[in-house]
Amino acid sequence: MSEETNPLRDAIREAIVENPVILFMKGTPEQPMCGFSARTSAALQALGAPFAAVDVLPDPRIRQELSALSDWPTIPQLFVRGELVGGADIIAEMYENGELADVLGVEQPAPAEDPVEAGSAPLSIENRLG
Amino acid sequence: MATSEELKQRIEAALPGASAEVTGDDGAHFEAVVVAPQFEGMSRIAQHRLVYDVFEGELGGSIHALALQTKAPVRSSS
Repeated sequence: MSEETNPLRDAIREAIVENPVILFMKGTPEQPMCGFSARTSAALQALGAPFAAVDVLPDPRIRQELSALSDWPTIPQLFVRGELVGGADIIAEMYENGELADVLGVEQPAPAEDPVEAGSAPLSIENRLG
Repeated sequence: MATSEELKQRIEAALPGASAEVTGDDGAHFEAVVVAPQFEGMSRIAQHRLVYDVFEGELGGSIHALALQTKAPVRSSS
């Protein structure tokens, strides 16, 4: 493969720079095609953080170029402000310990089985897309 | 076909002083918990990369999935 021009790699790099939170995954958040991608996008959705999602499945070269760029072999890959934050395992761990909410600058939602006083509940917890 | 024992040995050989617990018996999907002195002071990304590097080119290929948990050894009297 020639090194001279690589429009696909440039496009991926651009997407990472332009989107503060971007997830490369198999399938879409609505219809993930792999359990690891499903878990990772569910964590982002549970936090109510807006994110861009790129499906790597339509063209195997997307994944190839992405991994070459990020030096990370597996999918999913989450980038925040241009930096690789992690794959499925790291994101799951960070979601559970609250670090992911910190990185994304959002509030960690209270556990679902812990009902919040209705009167004081914030407006933001409407995202129950599971 | 890869076995969990083989993965364990390769991780431990590549990271001297590490101990790896690898499970998974279908030859393609594995889970590993790796404790290695090399992880000390590294970000999680760097820790995982170090383990991924052991299987360069095989992850996503013959090894479909390697669920990974990495830790630096707890410094205690054990």
